[in-house]
Amino acid sequence: MIEFKDVTKSYPGSDTPALADFSLQMEHGEFIFLVGPSGAGKSTLIKLFFREQLPTEGQILFDGKNIATFEKAALLKHRRQIGMVFQDFRLLKQKTVFENVAFALEVLGKSAKEIQEKVPLALAKVGLADKGSSFPAELSGGEQQRVGVARALVKDPLILIADEPTGNLDRDTSWQLMELFETINQGGTTVIVATHAWDVVDRMQKRVISLEAGHLNRDEKRGSYRDEH
Amino acid sequence: MNINSLKYCLRQSVVSLKRNFWLAVVTSCIIAVSLAILGGFLLMAVNAGQLIRNVESNVEIGVFLYADADVSAVQKQINSLEGVNSVTFVSKDEGLVTFSNSLGDPALLAGLKGEDNPLPDAYRVKATDTALVAGLAESIRAMPGVEMADYGEELVGRILKITGWLNTLFVGISVLLALGAVFLIVTTIRLSVMARLEEIGIMKYLGASDWYIRFPFLLEGMAMGWVGTLVSTIALGLAYSKLATSLRQDAFAFFIRPVTSVEQLAPIFVGLLLLGTLMGGIGSLISVRKFLRV
Repeated sequence: MIEFKDVTKSYPGSDTPALADFSLQMEHGEFIFLVGPSGAGKSTLIKLFFREQLPTEGQILFDGKNIATFEKAALLKHRRQIGMVFQDFRLLKQKTVFENVAFALEVLGKSAKEIQEKVPLALAKVGLADKGSSFPAELSGGEQQRVGVARALVKDPLILIADEPTGNLDRDTSWQLMELFETINQGGTTVIVATHAWDVVDRMQKRVISLEAGHLNRDEKRGSYRDEH
Repeated sequence: MNINSLKYCLRQSVVSLKRNFWLAVVTSCIIAVSLAILGGFLLMAVNAGQLIRNVESNVEIGVFLYADADVSAVQKQINSLEGVNSVTFVSKDEGLVTFSNSLGDPALLAGLKGEDNPLPDAYRVKATDTALVAGLAESIRAMPGVEMADYGEELVGRILKITGWLNTLFVGISVLLALGAVFLIVTTIRLSVMARLEEIGIMKYLGASDWYIRFPFLLEGMAMGWVGTLVSTIALGLAYSKLATSLRQDAFAFFIRPVTSVEQLAPIFVGLLLLGTLMGGIGSLISVRKFLRV
């Protein structure tokens, strides 16, 4: 379980906190949409959970443990349980699709044998089994994002976090990506998606956590992008 | 870090070195030059030490007596001193002959024989140990009938002074060059870090450890340091052995016997190798600390 307890995050030089007195609980295996206008605090929330930053006040508990207290080894273990997907894909241009996905295992010191086994499986999961030898520039935006998802998936994360994954994609491609996320979620992985794609959110009827100006605005089990009440 | 990670790090270092090939070459060259100068100074210091020891081990104390001195009493006194190895009497006549011969033309001083001989009677005293020479000279000077006791302090002192001055100069130049080399390494590694900034950002999100990210840069810096040092030690070794051989064959430089013992030279060359590698490592650590917030 992931728990935010009265978390406030202020950045130096800014009067209003990016996240203010924020509390939330998420269970393993959930599918959650983080919605809200730009600057509402979605990215801050993700950075805090990845422990790229520490909260100014409050605690973030992962399975009961305060992640702020993690020493180096525990922090690495924490981060390795999280697969990240980015709006701008963040693929390495000079590496092939296969190498980009393999990279996630390489940095964890996995053997060549394990890499040869797992990468094709991950690519198959995202529907790119035949694109391993292509370079990112040769792929469409949707395909590139799938490579990003395969890279996040290949290390079997407990949690998949996607920050605006459809920001650079057209509607059909966005929808296909969300279907992929749902499939991944059905396999037991917690999926957290920060997004502006209101139509997708409305259609999927998942838990919606809405942020506005750093505050929790709404938390609905089967919610939609806008407040309908 | 396991073997897979190590392979990755090595590969990354090679890629980076290739990418910044000429800068790496220049950096290695600067390291080579600075260490060659430092090594040259160390070799010189070792040889100067040997030269001083040679001079010292050959020193005799020249004891010159007053004209009215009791020659046999002085000899007795000198013999009774501890640390005296041999005492040779050189009469004023023998002294004159030696002196005349050293001038090349014995006829020059022919008129100074007998009563006109201005030279004093003298003893040549050898010590059992060079360290005792100064003390012996001191004691002998205090004896009645002894005008002076001299063992060439000036020569030894002058050698010490010159080598001391050269040492300071060379150390100064070496330190400046070494600092320059480290700075160049910092710059080169910075370029490598910049070239891989995107990759490093991704690696952090993929859960790579700090050392996994830093290690290739450390290896890269150490490789530059090591190559530079290797070049300088080889060049220095060749130059030194050539110089040593020619000095040994040169009859006029018979008193300079270059140090060739492995026990004395090995620490210098091994030390240089370690120092160069260390400089590379330090340079890249500075760079990584400064430009890589992991």
